[in-house]
Amino acid sequence: MQNVDAINAGNFEEPKTNYLNNGFTLKSWLLTKDHKRIAIMYLLTVSAFFLMGGVYASLIRLELLTPQSDLLESGTYNRVFTQHGVIMVFLFLIPAIPAILGNFLLPLMIGAKDLALPRINLLSLYIYWVGGILVLFAMMQGGVDTGWTFYTPYSTTFSNSYVMLTGLGIFINGFSSILTGLNFIVTIHTMRAPGMTWFRMPLFVWAHYATSLVMLLGTPVIAITILLLAIERVAKIGIFDPAIGGDPILFQHLFWFYSHPAVYIMILPGMGVISELISNFSRKKIFGYEFIAFSSIAIAVFGFLVWGHHMFVSGQSIYAGLVFSFLTMVVAVPSAIKVFNWSATLYKGQISYETPMLYALFFIGLFLIGGLTGLFLGSIGLTVHLTDTYFIVAHFHYVMVGGQVLAYMGGLHYWWSKMTGKMYSEFWGKISAMLVFVGFNLTFFPQFILGYMGMPRRYASYPPELQVLNIFSTAGASILGIGLILPVIYLTYSIFFGEKASANPYMHPGLEWRTSSPPPTENFEEMPIVTWEAYEFGEENGLDIEEAKRRELAKV
Amino acid sequence: MQDNSWIPLFPEQASTFAWEVDALYFYLIAISVFFTVGIVAAIGFFVVKYREKEKFANGAEIHGSVPLELFWSFVPFVISMTIFLGGALVYYKQYRPPENTMEIYVVGKQWMWKLQHQTGQREINELHIPVGRKIKLTMTTEDVLHDFFIPAFRTKADVVPGRYTTVWFEATKPGKYRLYCAEYCGLNHSGMGGWVYVMEQRDFDNWLSGNVSGQTPVEAGQDLFMNKLGCASCHAGGPTQRGAKLEGIYGKDVKLANGQTVKVDDEYLRNSILNPAGQIVEGYQPIMPTFKGQVTEEQLVQIVAYIKSLSGVTGTTSTTSSSSSNSMTNSPTTPTNTASNSNATSNAAVNTNRGVNK
Repeated sequence: MQNVDAINAGNFEEPKTNYLNNGFTLKSWLLTKDHKRIAIMYLLTVSAFFLMGGVYASLIRLELLTPQSDLLESGTYNRVFTQHGVIMVFLFLIPAIPAILGNFLLPLMIGAKDLALPRINLLSLYIYWVGGILVLFAMMQGGVDTGWTFYTPYSTTFSNSYVMLTGLGIFINGFSSILTGLNFIVTIHTMRAPGMTWFRMPLFVWAHYATSLVMLLGTPVIAITILLLAIERVAKIGIFDPAIGGDPILFQHLFWFYSHPAVYIMILPGMGVISELISNFSRKKIFGYEFIAFSSIAIAVFGFLVWGHHMFVSGQSIYAGLVFSFLTMVVAVPSAIKVFNWSATLYKGQISYETPMLYALFFIGLFLIGGLTGLFLGSIGLTVHLTDTYFIVAHFHYVMVGGQVLAYMGGLHYWWSKMTGKMYSEFWGKISAMLVFVGFNLTFFPQFILGYMGMPRRYASYPPELQVLNIFSTAGASILGIGLILPVIYLTYSIFFGEKASANPYMHPGLEWRTSSPPPTENFEEMPIVTWEAYEFGEENGLDIEEAKRRELAKV
Repeated sequence: MQDNSWIPLFPEQASTFAWEVDALYFYLIAISVFFTVGIVAAIGFFVVKYREKEKFANGAEIHGSVPLELFWSFVPFVISMTIFLGGALVYYKQYRPPENTMEIYVVGKQWMWKLQHQTGQREINELHIPVGRKIKLTMTTEDVLHDFFIPAFRTKADVVPGRYTTVWFEATKPGKYRLYCAEYCGLNHSGMGGWVYVMEQRDFDNWLSGNVSGQTPVEAGQDLFMNKLGCASCHAGGPTQRGAKLEGIYGKDVKLANGQTVKVDDEYLRNSILNPAGQIVEGYQPIMPTFKGQVTEEQLVQIVAYIKSLSGVTGTTSTTSSSSSNSMTNSPTTPTNTASNSNATSNAAVNTNRGVNK
């Protein structure tokens, strides 16, 4: 670390070239091996898909404003909710935090120049693009109407939509996940800076390690499943369709063997972000570091053993159902541990409420509800009534949107200054965070009640007595929509007109804050040597707090 | 579902286990409220009390506490185990059909429910049942997955092509309840539903007699067996018959040619018709052709009902082998008696509606 104090005080002479102005040609972006540029390209495409999935979501909510299937006829509606699911799950939720924030920050956080396999990193971006384009192409041809779960034999024999093309897109896209996971694991094992021991790593890195394990071990199964589906659909070899000798339940086993762990691909990185935000904005070491780190690993491991809880009513044996219910209850424990530790971290902190911290606090509230309603669904006698209803829809949106999306938004705001070198408007940030929180609850809380009332999911029309709750939900969705559109505006504005960010605007101890904003292409001028624990706010961490305070006063 | 309040919160309770599911639901709501309020209150308190006093001041040096970690790992574990056990108890009731049920056959197809009573009445998207009787639905589908869901009864089960699944309930309150398909099945998924009418026994009897019953499933099955499909030429030939003897086999264990032992149940009979070579009974040659593609799901259900009637098993399903061996003593041993016997059993099917099978 050259001149640590100077960096932190913001007097640091900024290097002339950073990763953003190091070449402006298209070629310099498309052929880059810089993890930061790749992350930015992911950011742009993933955001575009998020927006697209959001448009589909609003179509769904508009259709459900009235009990009849009037705005969309049911055939169109089926395609709309399928596209919403496919885009959000495979093209947004899975890559969002690992491919954008993980890609950008992982090397910075462990003091590396880049990921261990930079070319593989670029390859995974291209694979993601190819997969995404195929899904888009299928969508423009007329889309797919099987639901994102592709249950057989509907998907293999009965559906007249673009199952193969979409399946191919997801198949290809899976390799992007596998390569990213592989890259992260290799990087964490081999590229840590001197002194960055395993238990000095930020919890964000631990969470990504756990996520990468799941990506590497789980994703091949979905690839195999899609391949089998294709073989049956094209060659008419009986694998899943009982009419030609297959077993439809086999598909569900294979599908959920990946897709349940995939849920953890979608939430573990979010938990990592929240650990960073809670600890840093409390200016205090995180409570129970080892417990949070190992609970991530425990979730990743147990996550592979609970897939059957998606199939409680699908005709699997009673005893299999009981075992899966038991294991599901066990996996609830590590999630509870995390929530307790985050809450305890706040105790005797020095808490400040920038936008990222608002998102983190909202995350805890929503994830709590998402997790607790998961217990409802894991309790097998109750889930017989609840499964395939809006209760499920509400539950997984609490975890996926209330959890992962909020964590992603929090993380994006937190590291925005590092990524772009500019500060966004705190005022608008807070407004949008609050809109998201209120809109989200108004959208999805009524759906718990709808589910208990028995409204099945994937219904284009529903009984008239359920309309009031659906109106609440649609009203909430429009607030949520505004809350998520606002950041597109003020974040974009900040790139051009925002205040210049210092290297470490929050005076946080992570390595990513010990280089300029935006960082140079090689991340650090000199190889950092780590002598402090993660989230070390004490004197020995090398941060010049006094100088930062003087600077803060000078601003006022 | 007949709740007319402005915002409906709970569906009606209309089956014997509905209150148990609701009790579990309220238990979980209590736990959720306790933890949500507790944690949100703690966070709210910390957030106000420990707000930043001075820019860039540092928080207290607290790194964690192992006793606390163990405490809050152990407590959620214990609570989650109570939830598991509660759920397991309820589930066991929901998914284990009791003895002496009134059986109704259900065939799902895109996008309607076809139902048939033991007495022959057919219904589409409507189900009439008497209050206070244990009803068991034996279900399959002609095409894709469906799911038979009655919220007021708090139960549902997927309907899977190529196999039989069951769901059972005992309605406790006369009324009209919604029936849904809860597993996505394509274009008109949300239109695949209807009503369940729960009636007093007297009204149900009237309803039954007011409906043209046509052939009962057993009679229709007998017709297929004897005439249309020609099963009788091998399976009802007296001492010279080439096919396996069907009288009295239902509910018993048979030894297969490969040495395995299987219980003869609906699923086994169905598979043996569609894929005869799959599970050959010891002592017989694999000469039976497959009937796959020649019989519809409804016809299959009827043939199975007929073969069951040969063992004296009719409208009332017995899940234990003891009761089926009891009734076996009545079953004829000579094929010539079969026809008259099946008439007798189909009469018994009507009787079962008044609970007179035993």
